[in-house]
Amino acid sequence: MRTCLVVDDSRVIRKVARRILEDLRFRVEEAGDGLEALTFCRKAMPEAVLLDWNMPVMSGIDFLRALRKERGGESPIVVFCTTENDIDHISEAIKAGADEYIMKPFDGDILQSKFIEAGLLTHEAA
Amino acid sequence: MGIADADMTFIAREVKARSGQVIGPDKLYLLETRLAPLARKETLASVGELLTAARLRRDERLIWQITDALTTNETHFFRDRQPFALLRDRIVPELQQARPQGRVRIWCAGASTGQEPFSIALMLDEIRAEGRGVEAEIVATDISERVLEKARAGLYSQFEVQRGLPIRMLVRHFEKVGELWRIADRIRAMVRFQRFNMLDDLRPLGAFDIVLCRNVLGGFDPDARRATLEKVAAQLAPDGALILGAAESTVGVTDAFMPEGGYYRRTAPPAPAATVAA
Repeated sequence: MRTCLVVDDSRVIRKVARRILEDLRFRVEEAGDGLEALTFCRKAMPEAVLLDWNMPVMSGIDFLRALRKERGGESPIVVFCTTENDIDHISEAIKAGADEYIMKPFDGDILQSKFIEAGLLTHEAA
Repeated sequence: MGIADADMTFIAREVKARSGQVIGPDKLYLLETRLAPLARKETLASVGELLTAARLRRDERLIWQITDALTTNETHFFRDRQPFALLRDRIVPELQQARPQGRVRIWCAGASTGQEPFSIALMLDEIRAEGRGVEAEIVATDISERVLEKARAGLYSQFEVQRGLPIRMLVRHFEKVGELWRIADRIRAMVRFQRFNMLDDLRPLGAFDIVLCRNVLGGFDPDARRATLEKVAAQLAPDGALILGAAESTVGVTDAFMPEGGYYRRTAPPAPAATVAA
């Protein structure tokens, strides 16, 4: 089973995302900020990361830039999931190495659709 | 509360006559959810009253608005994905090769709020960006003027642009207008929207190389489905392609088409009966 690391400072969002991702047959791990996420990735790279932008300690974009410099850090597929919904933020995320981008609020359909776009799910399995 | 049998029979007959869509007893839930906003707009107390008013007044405008509300199909960008991959990788390149000078004419029937024709336009634009130029004309039709208005505006909610549309395409081809996203003029100009009823004569639309008629015929009764598919066949180039919805097929409906891995080709018209040799 593939692992998706859910990085968000909101426990509620992590819980919602966990429920959707477990239905999509991912093993879910959680981190409350970018630094916790980076620590997790240094121990075991997940296949996917669902990533909030604004978090205490270390933001999502700083985590992503740091992750992509880690050994093996280019392999996780990273999907942003944030309330930031302007072109500038989206472009910055893509430039930093994000694979897909979800603008909150989101639901199961959107998350599934974006995971298909990112190549984490096939259409048939969806 | 409640819908009178006479109203139900009346509206089912009128909607079918106008659009071909059959509103069976299994679609009762649709009446309530789809027509409640219209009833409110008409300052009527309920969907039941709305239908009674339409029947008693024989109100043409109201009957059309009801038809419109009941026949609009759900849609999103690159719905089902596979047909668009097929168009990009196989159908369009083959037609291009067969028509080195000509343009490919594409018809989206039941285009709804525009996501399907715009998905094709986006796909063609990406082909162009790869240096494989393709001259195409996309005609998008729907029975509902209301959905076409939205389609022509090319404005989509944040929810709509997140279903099926890759983020890189959003960044490349849309701009943010307040809380909405507007598709680029370049893409919008590739699609011509036109109100059209599938039950009418298709000949004025001209001949097409590709026809998408996805999730349109599902609500038709078998005779209307066969007749419509045969009219489509007559407008389709001999080497053209028909694409139906994921759960739809021409098999068992008409012999005018044969399946060809994800889409349909016209069968040769029946040969004239051979003279019987003595």
